[in-house]
Parts: sequence; structure tokens; C-alpha cells
Amino acid sequence: MAQSKDEVLAGLAALVNDETGVPVESVVFGKSFADDLDIDSISMMTIVVNAEEQFDVKIPDDKVSELKTVDDAVNYIVSAQS
Amino acid sequence: MTTIVVTGIGATSCLGGNARDTWEALLRRESGIRLLTEEWVETHELPVKFAGRVKVPATEVLERIEIKRLDPSAQLAVIAAREAWADAGAPTDPKERVLVDFATGIGGLNTLLDAWDVLKEKGPRRVLPMTIPMLMPNAAAAAISMDLQTRGGARTCVSACASGTESISNAVDHLRAGIADVVICGGTESVIHPLPIAAFAAMHALSTRNDDPARASRPYDKDRDGFVLGEGAAVLILETKEHAEARGAKIYAEIAGGSVSSDAHHITAPDPEGNGAARAVLDALTNSGVTPADVNYINAHATSTPVGDIAEYTALHKVFGDRVKEIPVSATKSATGHLLGGTGALEAMFTVLSVYEKIAAPTLNLDNQDEAIPLDVVIEPRPLTDSIVAISNSFGFGGHNAVIVVKSI
Repeated sequence: MAQSKDEVLAGLAALVNDETGVPVESVVFGKSFADDLDIDSISMMTIVVNAEEQFDVKIPDDKVSELKTVDDAVNYIVSAQS
Repeated sequence: MTTIVVTGIGATSCLGGNARDTWEALLRRESGIRLLTEEWVETHELPVKFAGRVKVPATEVLERIEIKRLDPSAQLAVIAAREAWADAGAPTDPKERVLVDFATGIGGLNTLLDAWDVLKEKGPRRVLPMTIPMLMPNAAAAAISMDLQTRGGARTCVSACASGTESISNAVDHLRAGIADVVICGGTESVIHPLPIAAFAAMHALSTRNDDPARASRPYDKDRDGFVLGEGAAVLILETKEHAEARGAKIYAEIAGGSVSSDAHHITAPDPEGNGAARAVLDALTNSGVTPADVNYINAHATSTPVGDIAEYTALHKVFGDRVKEIPVSATKSATGHLLGGTGALEAMFTVLSVYEKIAAPTLNLDNQDEAIPLDVVIEPRPLTDSIVAISNSFGFGGHNAVIVVKSI
């Protein structure tokens, strides 16, 4: 079922928070996972695994490296859902 | 022979979230053994429904990212190591001269089994990328090294329930060999999970006293019926006496030496003659420059299994003769349960504190002492002499025997 961008953002923020402790309110559009939120590659891989399950999408391994910002991730998930 | 001393201690156990709380709860004769509240106890209809969970959960101490990236066994190790390191005054030696030698009996079992459940239920794409680095048995040693930024090597000692004691014996060797100036040693275990409970129960190793968990671990008692699974970690900071004095460190006690031996008898049963265990005690004493006649306190392995307690007594009698009846013996698993790979480290810490504070730790639940084990078991905390030579024993599946000698400084 397709979700709105804001719904995906809220779900993603919760996943990021659960994995890293980064506050959900910090996970907003315009932020880079690595540079702004200090999320390393291992956490990112874990978030991707959990995001696939939560949003019922498949994020191919070669796509993961392209998801550098919150916008990248939300846009990819929304398009993959639709 | 170079004198090796303890300058820092740390622990988290079912008695308390740090060394001091654990020790004081032990001296108050508290038991850390309780009924398990997890639903899997009933789901799996486990024959054993209790254990010694850590009193302060790691989730209350560590950051979220640390909980996510470390198996519970490594979480407890890091908590204890931080405390011990701070207690030692955070030595400022070059980190290349600080070595970790750390024990576990089983390793990241919770991580392994949780990941297996995920694989079966949800498929391979749901298996988390941190699974392998969390389940590997060296994870606790590596986590301590990374957390404290030590670079003198991070070794892992695995010899079942003898691991923790063997790690401390190794640490003495490393310091005497001059390969490090400070060694962080000890052990951890966290395997309170339905699988090991079912497996230990299958071999009739565990007490099934479900109606009275706090009285289930009863070493030397006629009605002992097996050990009680505990979890936790303990860490000691060791260095040479010269090094400790040069930096003005507090000194708890001397670790005079240690030794290990192997029974080559049976994979799980102790040698009923106690030959391997006796040899480990004698070698540890020799390595420490003392004789059996010098020993005046024992922290026994004493798991509360019917055969294990007798085998240890037989070994002790072999070493000390009839004088063994006059040496105070503490069986602290009566309060903490059995921490497997962590147990030797926790009992070493208790022995160090007994030497430092000149007080023998109490033994719980000894209502009717087994006549076949005529030891002087310490029931209430008891004052010790000024000059203490103590041994702490650990024995493990595989026929591993490890003994260290702790002396007054």
C-alpha cells in the first residue's frame, strides 16, 4: 500500500532512531545520513534491512549506496511502493 | 619473580550493576536467582524456569547504538571493563602496551539464535548485517579494546567454565613475559535463552527447584540438584607492582600466579579422582612461589552439581590432605549462579576483595552439609587473617581446570 512522503518519513525516522538513537525530529528532509546524522555504513545497512520489511519494498544492494540523504531514501521508498 | 597486582575491578551481575554493589549484596547474603518472566519459559515448557539475570539491564547503562551493535555478552563485558578501567585510575600508558585477554564460554549465542529465527521466519534478506561481528566469540575482547582504545592485542580465552580464571592466569603470564604494561582480563557470559536452558537440562546439569529459585544453588548441600545459570561479567586490571606503584595506583591484592591443566578423562564429567584439578592447584601454587601449607582461604568452583562438588573436594583433599578441613571455603555460586565463561572472573574478583578487605564471602543454602564433603564452608561473612594466600578454582566441560593464587600485598 502506497504511503505519503510524510508517512514514510515518520516511519524511517523511527527506524533510524531505533537503530542509532538519533532523535526522530532530527531525521528530516535535507539531512544527509552520513554527514548530518553521523550514521555509518553498518547502521545504514541495518536500517535498509528493516526498511524493506517495514515498507514492504525491495532496496537492491547497488541502490543502497545511492541513498545518501533522507530525501533519497523517502523518494525511493515512495516510488518503490507505487 | 615479578609481582603482579590488581589495581582495578569491575562487574555486573545478578547481585548488582557494579563491583561494589555486587560485593555488598554478596556479603548481605542476598541471592540473585529469580524466576524468569520471559514468555518463552512457558511457550517452550522449559523444565527450568529461573536463572540469575543481571540486576541492572545493559539497556539502562549503554547507548542505543551500543545495545544494537553488541551481543548481550559483549555489552556486559564493556560495562564491567569501563568500571574496572576507571577504578584503576585510567592508566595513561601508551595504548600499544595495554593488552586485553578476555574470556567467554559460549560467545554471542543470543545473536546467533535470534538471527536463525529471523532467517527461518523472514528469509535471508532480513538477517542483519551485524550478525557475524556480534556472534563471534572474540566480540567481547574486541569491544573492550575498541571502547578503551587499547591496541596491545585483544585475545580471547575459551575453555568453558574455566575460561575466566584462565584469562587471569594468562594475564599474569603476559605481564611476566613483558609483552604489556597493563592487562585487562576477566570474562563474560549471557546465555539465558531457551536453547541452552533446554540443553543443560537435557544433561541433568541444572537445578529444577522451580518452587524456590533463591535456594536452588546450594553447593555442598545434601539436596543439591544441579547448577543455576547466571549471567554477568567481571574485569580485573592487572599490572606489575612496580608499574602500579610508579603511577600511584591503589593496589587490591597480588595475583601470585596461576595454572591450567586438562583431565583428558571425559567431555563433561570431572575426573572422579580429581587428578587434573589437583595438578592445576599444585602447579598454580608452585608458579606462585607458595606451598599447600601456605593456603588459608579457598573460593571453590562448587557449582552445586552432585558429582562436581565431590570431585573438587577430592582434588582439594589430594593437595591439602586432612588440613583441607581447616581452610575456610566460600562457594559464591550459591548467590550468583554459574556465569560459565564469566564465573572465574567474578569469583576472582570476590577473592581479591576477600583478600583486600580480609573477609571471607558467605555461602548460601547450606542447610545439610554433605558428609562426604567435610569442608569448613563459610556460611556468614568471616574475618580472615592479615596475610592471606587464597586460591580460586574453575573447571569446565572439556576437562579444563584453571586455578589462580591471590595474596595479600
